[in-house]
Amino acid sequence: MVVKPLTKNIDMSRPPLDISAYENNDGYQSIKAIAGGLSPADVLQIVKDSGLKGRGGAGFPTGLKWSFVPQGDNSPSQKYFVVNGDEMEPGTFKDRLLMEGDPHLLIEGIIIGAYTIQANTAYIFLRGEYKVSERMLKKAISEAYTKGYLGKNIQGTGFNLDIIVHTSAGRYICGEETALLNALEGKRANPRAKPPFPQVSGLWGKPTIVNNVETVCNLPGIITYGVNWYHSLTKGNDHGTKLFGISGKIKRPGCWELPLGIPIRELLEDYGGGMRDGLGLRAFLPGGGSTDFMLPEHLDIKLDYDEIAKVGSRLATGTMILLDDQTCPVGMVGNLMKFFAHESCGFCTPCRDGLPWVDEIFNEFESGRGTEKDLGILHEHVDYLGPGRTFCALAPGATAPLGSGLKYFSEDFKKHIKEKRCPYEH
Amino acid sequence: MAKIVIDGVEYEVNPDNNLLQESLSHGLDLPYFCWHPCMGSVGACRQCAVKQYRDADDENGTLVMACMTPAAEGSIISIDDEQARSMREKVIESLMISHPHDCPVCEEGGECHLQDMTLMSGHNYRRYDKKKITHRNQYLGPFINHEMNRCITCYRCVRFYEYAGGKDLTVQASHHHTYFGRHEDGVLESEFSGNLVEVCPTGVFTDKAFSAQYARKWDLQTAPSLCTGCSIGCNITPGERYGSLRRVVNRYNSEINGYFICDRGRFGFDYVNSDERIKTPFARIDSKIKDLSDEETMTALEGYNNSEVIGIGSPRATNESNYALRSFVGEENFYAGIADNDNEAAHLILELSKDKAFHTPSIKEIEQADAVIVLGEDLTNVAARIALALRQSVRNKAKELAKDFNIPTWQDAAVKELAQHDRSPLILLSGYSTRLDDIASDSLIDSSEILTQIGAAIADQIASKNVSAPIDEEKVSQIAEQLSQAENPLVIAGTSSGDINLIQAAANIARALCERKGKPINLCLTVPEANSMGLTMMVKKENTLGVALKKLENGKAKKVVVLENDLFRRAVHADVEAALEKCEGALVIDHIATATTEKASLVLPSTAFSEHEGSYVNYEGRAQLSFQVHKNLDSALPAWRWLSADQFKSVEEITKRCSKELQGFAKLSGLLPELDHLVAGIKIPRQSHRYSGRTAMKANLNVHEPKQPVDDESVMSFSMEGVPLTKDSTILGASWSPAWNSNQSISKFQEEINGELKQGRTGELILERNSDGKYLEINNKKLDVRSGLKVVIAYQIFGSEELSAKSKSIRGRMTGAYVAVSPSDAEDLSLKQGDEVNLNEDEGRVIVCIRTKIKKGTAAVYCGDNEIDRHALGGIVTLNKCENKVSSHGIQGLIVSDLYEEAY
Repeated sequence: MVVKPLTKNIDMSRPPLDISAYENNDGYQSIKAIAGGLSPADVLQIVKDSGLKGRGGAGFPTGLKWSFVPQGDNSPSQKYFVVNGDEMEPGTFKDRLLMEGDPHLLIEGIIIGAYTIQANTAYIFLRGEYKVSERMLKKAISEAYTKGYLGKNIQGTGFNLDIIVHTSAGRYICGEETALLNALEGKRANPRAKPPFPQVSGLWGKPTIVNNVETVCNLPGIITYGVNWYHSLTKGNDHGTKLFGISGKIKRPGCWELPLGIPIRELLEDYGGGMRDGLGLRAFLPGGGSTDFMLPEHLDIKLDYDEIAKVGSRLATGTMILLDDQTCPVGMVGNLMKFFAHESCGFCTPCRDGLPWVDEIFNEFESGRGTEKDLGILHEHVDYLGPGRTFCALAPGATAPLGSGLKYFSEDFKKHIKEKRCPYEH
Repeated sequence: MAKIVIDGVEYEVNPDNNLLQESLSHGLDLPYFCWHPCMGSVGACRQCAVKQYRDADDENGTLVMACMTPAAEGSIISIDDEQARSMREKVIESLMISHPHDCPVCEEGGECHLQDMTLMSGHNYRRYDKKKITHRNQYLGPFINHEMNRCITCYRCVRFYEYAGGKDLTVQASHHHTYFGRHEDGVLESEFSGNLVEVCPTGVFTDKAFSAQYARKWDLQTAPSLCTGCSIGCNITPGERYGSLRRVVNRYNSEINGYFICDRGRFGFDYVNSDERIKTPFARIDSKIKDLSDEETMTALEGYNNSEVIGIGSPRATNESNYALRSFVGEENFYAGIADNDNEAAHLILELSKDKAFHTPSIKEIEQADAVIVLGEDLTNVAARIALALRQSVRNKAKELAKDFNIPTWQDAAVKELAQHDRSPLILLSGYSTRLDDIASDSLIDSSEILTQIGAAIADQIASKNVSAPIDEEKVSQIAEQLSQAENPLVIAGTSSGDINLIQAAANIARALCERKGKPINLCLTVPEANSMGLTMMVKKENTLGVALKKLENGKAKKVVVLENDLFRRAVHADVEAALEKCEGALVIDHIATATTEKASLVLPSTAFSEHEGSYVNYEGRAQLSFQVHKNLDSALPAWRWLSADQFKSVEEITKRCSKELQGFAKLSGLLPELDHLVAGIKIPRQSHRYSGRTAMKANLNVHEPKQPVDDESVMSFSMEGVPLTKDSTILGASWSPAWNSNQSISKFQEEINGELKQGRTGELILERNSDGKYLEINNKKLDVRSGLKVVIAYQIFGSEELSAKSKSIRGRMTGAYVAVSPSDAEDLSLKQGDEVNLNEDEGRVIVCIRTKIKKGTAAVYCGDNEIDRHALGGIVTLNKCENKVSSHGIQGLIVSDLYEEAY
C-alpha cells in the first residue's frame, strides 16, 4: 500500500520521473479512471468524501469549496482552475519539493480539479524565484500534452484543458487567492473584497477555484486508490498525509511527508534529530510566519488542524520555524514584522500604516531604545491589526507571532527596556 | 424599504445601500475616507468601523466596516460602541503617522475632510515618534499641485481618475510607500483632473491657480452660480476675495453635474480678472478712444434708441440681457448672434425639444442609458460633462451583471472585477477619433456626409425600411439591434458637427425607436453655449446673423447693438468687417475686449457671469438662476441695465417680465427665490460666519471700516451678516454644517445621499412637449464640389470656448490651430508631423497633425482660439505646405490617442 502518495516518486538526488516512469508508478491512473466513466459530480463526491482540507494554510474543505462553483446551463461556460504555487510564507518550502521533485503529480491533480469544475484553462501561479520548479513544470506539461493528458479531448473524455505557468513578479500578498487573481490579470496585487468569492466571480470575473499545490497533489491518490485508502493514511482526525518541514537550529532541517496526527515531538526528534547540541527549544511557529508561537510544553500535541487550534495556533502550512534558547525572541518577532510590514500591499490602513510602526518599534527595542510606551503600542496593535479590522488576512497573520510573542516573551521585552540593549548580544 | 436599528433607534433604509450611506442619509455622523457617494465602496480606509450585532441578544457584536456591509433588514448596529470608536480613533492615528501637519500653510486647511474626520474620531495627540515617510512631488500641469506627503492613501484619486477615464494617474509602489502620481512628471491628461482637488480628502491635489493667490474657504465670498463654459449648465460655486475671483468649485445638483465638473468649468473663470476687461464706457471717434462720462454715455445710448437700429443677441448672455435688447430694438429687429448654420440647427433642436416622441435626458438620466449612439459630436471637447456621464452609462451592463450575481452595485471593485470589459453599447459616429473611443463598442470615423448616411440607414433599419448603407449592412443591423433591445436607449447629436443632417438623422433614429418601443426616446441634442437655447427661443428663425450683417452692409439698417458677442467668431470675417464698417454706429456691450469691440463706435462695459444675477437655459431646456457672487468695482452694469434705462428696479423684475412676455418662458419666474424664505426680511449672507479681515483688508487705504456694498436687488447680501438658509438649499453657495467644513458637508443638505437637495431646486424645465413630429427629410447633398479634403471641424476643450480661452491656466493647456489628416493623405501631400500648411492658399496657417484614425480624404481642422476663420473654410480644404514656420505655437500638449508616429 502506498503510504507516501505525495512523495513516493521524489528523490532529490536525481531529476524527477519523466512521464513514462511516472505512468509506470500508477501515474495518470486517475485520468484513466475518469475516462472510464467518472462524471465531474462523481469526482466531486469522492473528494468531498475524502475529507481533504486545503493545504495552503486555511484548511478549508476542498470538496466544499469546489461545490460553490456554479454549474449547469445558466452558469458561465468559462471557468478557471488556478494553482497557488506562490509559496512565500516564511519558513515554508513544501510546495517547492513537490514541484521540483514530481511535477507530473501536480499536473495530474490539476486535470482532476479542472475536470471537476469543468474549467478548460488552468494556471499555475508560481513564485518568481522558483526557477527550477518552472523548468520542471514546463517540461512535464509538454510531455503531458504529447501523451494526450492535456489539450483537446483528454483521453477520449471530450474534456479540454490547457495549463499555463505564470511566474509571479513577487509579493507575499500574491499568496492571498484574490490578490493572486488580480496579479494574474495584470493588476496590482491587492486582495479583493469577499463576497463575491472567486468560486462565483474570480479570474476575469469568471468562476474560479484557487487551490494550493499540495492540496492538488493529494487528488491523484484519492481518485486512484480510493477514499478508504485515503482515510487509512492518517493517525489523527484529519485525513491524508501532509508535508511537514522544519527550519531553525535543529540537527536535520528538512521536509517530510508524514501522516496527519503524529505528535510534534516525533517530528522534531525522530525526523529533525532534535535541537543542535547545546541549544534548547524555546518556542516554535507550527505552520509558517503567520501562526502563533507554541511552547515546548505543547510538543505532545498532535499535528492536526483542530488539535493545534485548541492551543491557539494553526497548523497552516505545517512548516515549523524553531526558536532556540540562545536567539533573541524579540529579534525573531521583529524580523517577521519587518517582513510583514514590507509585504503589506498598502491597501488598507491598519496593515499599511500599523505594521511599519510595529516594525519601527522592534528596531528601537533591538537597538536598546525600547520604552514601556512602545511596548503598550505593540500590545494595542495586536488588537488593531486583528481579524475583521483589516481588508485581508495579512495583518491578522502578522499579529499571530506578535500577540503570542508578546505573551510568551514578555520578560525578554522588559529586559530590552531595562538593559537598554538586546540581552542576547554578547 | 427595510428597518434597521442604529444605537437603539430604528430607521427606515433602502436595503440596496450600505450601512455607511444609510447612516449619512439619516444625518448621522460616521467618519469615512475611501467611500465616495458617487463611486461606492472599496473598504480601504477602515475608518467607518461600526459594531454589528447578530440579534437583540448578542451583547458582544463584531466590528464591521459600514461601507462594506449591506443595510439588510433587521440589522442592528452601533456607531457609538466603545470598541468601534476606539478602532476609528486608531485608524486616524495610523493615517496621520506621516501626515505633515502643515494645516496652517496647506490650501486645504479649513475645508479639509481629514481635519473634520480627525476631530470627529477624537484622535488628538501624536504618539508616533519615529521617522516619517516622505515623497517626491510631481509637476502635474497648470491646474493641479501635488503634495504627496499629505497623502493618507485613501485611493480616492485613482478611483476618480478611472471613473473619468483617465489613464495617467496611477497608484504605485506598495506598503507605506504607496504613491499616487504619474509615471513621470507631466500634465495630467484627463479633462476632469480638477475634481481631484475635491475628491482628495486632504491637500495632496490642490488648485494651482487658487493656491497662487490663496484664501481660506471661509474668507471667500460665494453664491450659487452656473458655469457658462458650454450648454450643460453645471452648478458651481465661485469664490471671490479682494475683488478678484479666486476659484470655482463644484456645486451639487442631483440632475446635472452631481459632484463633478470639467476642467474648462473649473479653471476657465479667470477672464473675469483679466486686464482685458472693459472698465468704463468709451466711444471710438476716428479710431481714437474717448472715455465717456455718465451723461455722455446716456446721450450716446439715446442715439441707438430708434427704429433703424437692429440688435444682435448673444448665446453667452443671460435671458434677461437678451430680452432687454430684444425689447430695446423690437422683436423684428432682434437677430441671432450665432452662426447661420448653428442658428438653423438650434431652431431644429428647439422644434425637436417640443416633440412628444422624444425626451431630453438630464446628465443623471444619460448615466442611466443602456445603449447610446453619438452622431458627429466630440462630446469631451464640446460638452464634457456628457462625456463623463457616458463613461458611467457604459457601466450599466456591469451593474446588470452584478444584479444577477447578487453583488450590490456599491461594491465598486467587485462589480468591476465581475464585468471586466463587458460594457453597454456605445456607438460613436465621428469625424475623428474622440476621447471616448476607449469605451466605444463601435467607433465609425468618416466625413459627416457618410456618417449621415450611416445614421439614416440605422434609422431605416430600426423602422424596418429598406436599408442602403455606405458600410457593412450587418454592422448597421447590429447597431439597430443594440439600440432596439435596450431598455433605455439614447441618441446624441448636436450643433458642433456643423452639419444639420446629422441632427436630422439622429432625430429619425430616435423616432424609429419611439415607434418601435411605444415610448418617448432619449434624444440629447447639444448646443454650443450656456444660453444658446434661451437665445434661440427668443429670436425669430429667419432673423439670422447673415441677414443682419447684409442689412448693415447695404444700409437697410443704420446702427447695430451687439450684446456680449464677438461676431468675428460667428460669421466670415470679411462679412463682419464690411457690416461694421458700413453701418453708422455699432454699440457693443461686453465685459471683455474682443475683435468686435475693437471695431465698435461705442462700447459699454457689462458684468461678467459672477458679477450679476441672471438666468440661462441649458441644452435640455432647463432654466436655472445664477446669483451674483461679487460686485464689479468698475462702472460695468449688467447688460440689461444699460438697455432698459430705469425700467426695472431689480433683476427679479426683469426676470418676471421675461417670464410674462416671452413665449415659452412662463416658468422662468418660478426660479426666483421666494421672499418668505428670508427670516424677518434679513438677507442671506454671501460671506461665511467666519469671514475674516473685514476691518483690515482695506486699512491701507483708510483705517475706517468701509461700509459693505449694498445689494438692493437680490435676496443675498455682500456681507457676513444675515441668516444663512441652512435648511434651504436653493441659495446654497458653499455648503457648511457643524463638524463638516469640507465639501463633504453636502450630504447634510441632501434628502438622502445622491438625492435632491433639501427644498432645493434643480432648475425649471421650461419647454413643453406638445407637438407630433414626423421623420425628417435628409438633404444630404454635397454642396462643395472643389477638390481637396472634406472638412471636419475639430474642437478642444481648452481653446474652443471664447471666454475660458482667456483664462491663464487654460492658456497653459491650449494648442495652436492644426489640421489633422490621415497618414496616407499626409504621404500623398508630402507632409510630416508638425509641418505648417496654408489652408486653401490664404485661409490661415495651421500645424499638420497626422492621426492614424482619420479617414483618408478628410481633414479635421481645429481653428484654435479663432485663429482660423472657420466660416470661410467651406466644406473642402486644400493644404499647401509652407517652407518656413511662422506659427508661434505648435501642437505640443495635444492629447489624442491616435497620433501617428513615423517609423524611423
